[in-house]
Amino acid sequence: MLSQQLFNGLVVGATYAIFALGFTVMFGVLGVVNLTYGFYFSFGALIALWLTQALNLPVWASFLIAVLASGLVAALVDSLLLTRLRRARAPELASLMVTLGATLLLYSLSSSLIGVEIRRFPAAAINASAFDLLGLRVSMTQLLIVFAAFAMVGGLVYLIQYTRVGLAIRAMAERPDTIALMGVNAGALARLVSFVSGSLAGAAGVLIGLNYNAIQPFMGEQMMLKGFAVIILGGLGDARGALVAGLIVGMLETLTAGYVASSWKDAVGFALLVLTLWIRPAGLFGRATVKRA
Amino acid sequence: MPAFLDDFLFTYESLVHSLGVNGLLALSMYVVLAMGQLSLGQAAFMGIGAYTSALLTLNVGAPFPLVLVAVMITPALGALIIGAPTLRLSGVYLALATIGVGEMLRLLYINTPLFGGALGLSGIPRLAGIIWIYGCLAVGLIVFVFVARSRVGRAMEAMREDELAAGAIGVNLPRYKLGGLVVSAAIAGLAGALDAHVSSFISPAAYGFDAAVTILSFALLGGIGSPFGPVLGAIILTLLPEALRPLQDFRLVVNGLIIVLAVLFMPRGLLAWRMGRLAARPGGASR
Repeated sequence: MLSQQLFNGLVVGATYAIFALGFTVMFGVLGVVNLTYGFYFSFGALIALWLTQALNLPVWASFLIAVLASGLVAALVDSLLLTRLRRARAPELASLMVTLGATLLLYSLSSSLIGVEIRRFPAAAINASAFDLLGLRVSMTQLLIVFAAFAMVGGLVYLIQYTRVGLAIRAMAERPDTIALMGVNAGALARLVSFVSGSLAGAAGVLIGLNYNAIQPFMGEQMMLKGFAVIILGGLGDARGALVAGLIVGMLETLTAGYVASSWKDAVGFALLVLTLWIRPAGLFGRATVKRA
Repeated sequence: MPAFLDDFLFTYESLVHSLGVNGLLALSMYVVLAMGQLSLGQAAFMGIGAYTSALLTLNVGAPFPLVLVAVMITPALGALIIGAPTLRLSGVYLALATIGVGEMLRLLYINTPLFGGALGLSGIPRLAGIIWIYGCLAVGLIVFVFVARSRVGRAMEAMREDELAAGAIGVNLPRYKLGGLVVSAAIAGLAGALDAHVSSFISPAAYGFDAAVTILSFALLGGIGSPFGPVLGAIILTLLPEALRPLQDFRLVVNGLIIVLAVLFMPRGLLAWRMGRLAARPGGASR
């Protein structure tokens, strides 16, 4: 049973990892704490659900469209809210506060427009079959999650490490003031990074929605809170840390639900968060950063 | 008491109470923001105060003034535990850590029978009243007006404007930050306890993330140049829902919009003036 629990935890953890990865990329490259990030998670899941229900699209097609749609919304929100602050070189806390307000606005708008009841994918849309793999029971949804997670992480690594755009993104993370002098369109690049991050959040939303088959507007708020725990454990702005931390939190949660009590499951992340801040504030692989004037 | 005042208080009693409580919460937010830090744990500190007071009154039967002292100590201890490691890091960490603590406490309240679970605790005697609430608010405001004009107030302002420079000219950053967070937590705890003892009922839902954001919006709307700004913000945002009653579900949308617009277009808030240094600066506008 332990191995099955660990596997289930790994699958959930993979979605946490994708979610945290997007946030940490956004923070690392753009230097903003964008709290609307959790909303793209809800948005992706809701769009995918709507496409599957209303248009009868197959799950993979709704997944792709929902991922693109969440990315577009993220880029839009970023350019509406944060361009002005970036231009003024406002501190991180200003971005945190502005997006905090926007988060409240987006969630309450969506919940008053469509309600907060839990929605589910139609049974016909989800392939409920499962098969045995090395003594583990693996459902098709879990397979999709693992596959999608690998594809997205691989795609992101390729984009950032091996393309010209990736070079510009790394330069932006290093020296945001200088890249414009090097002929990079900084505004467009910021929108691109927001798009990539937002689509990672949307993807995580659809995958979690499929895994538990329960979707509602506020799911992103809970996920964002959990995401903070993952991101701090991994180290703010550390992509590799976010991936490992996501898997750790996912597995520990599943083990807690299995062996302690499911009502304590959600406390795991926050306990880890407080512990990390006391013992290793820079995160799993972190080195202390020095602030320069 | 004149009859019309009596009638007014009878009709609007709970509104008058929440105006005062929210004023105190705004003041607690002010202490942290005035140093350029951001805590999203004000609702959590408020909750610690509320639960401490309710348990002391219901289970121990402690005298009320003693309870009010205790409710300032317990959140302050919480602030020490969370502030000591995070305040040495960049400001983002305190914000994220306080969100985490708030959630953890919410889960603790829900899962522990002592705290009454998701239903909370009820039947708390109504020991506090307008005198207690507005008395505390007035004392808080007076103290902060004096603090703002003192050496401590100038140090806080320097930290807010440029932390590195403030540190370089000898402001003891960790001590100020931790001290500010502890004081802020104590005030929020007091507000929580007073609130519990006028509404006679508390539940975990009232101390969540939404509440933390609302408290922040008080201070952002009013501005943190002086302690009066946040209190003014609290008054406006407490009265606004009454005025916006027809909007119902869209109240929070308006709240969110206020925060966005306030940070983007009005970074100094409604009450933009600062305390008592204008006379010392002939030019006065070198900001």
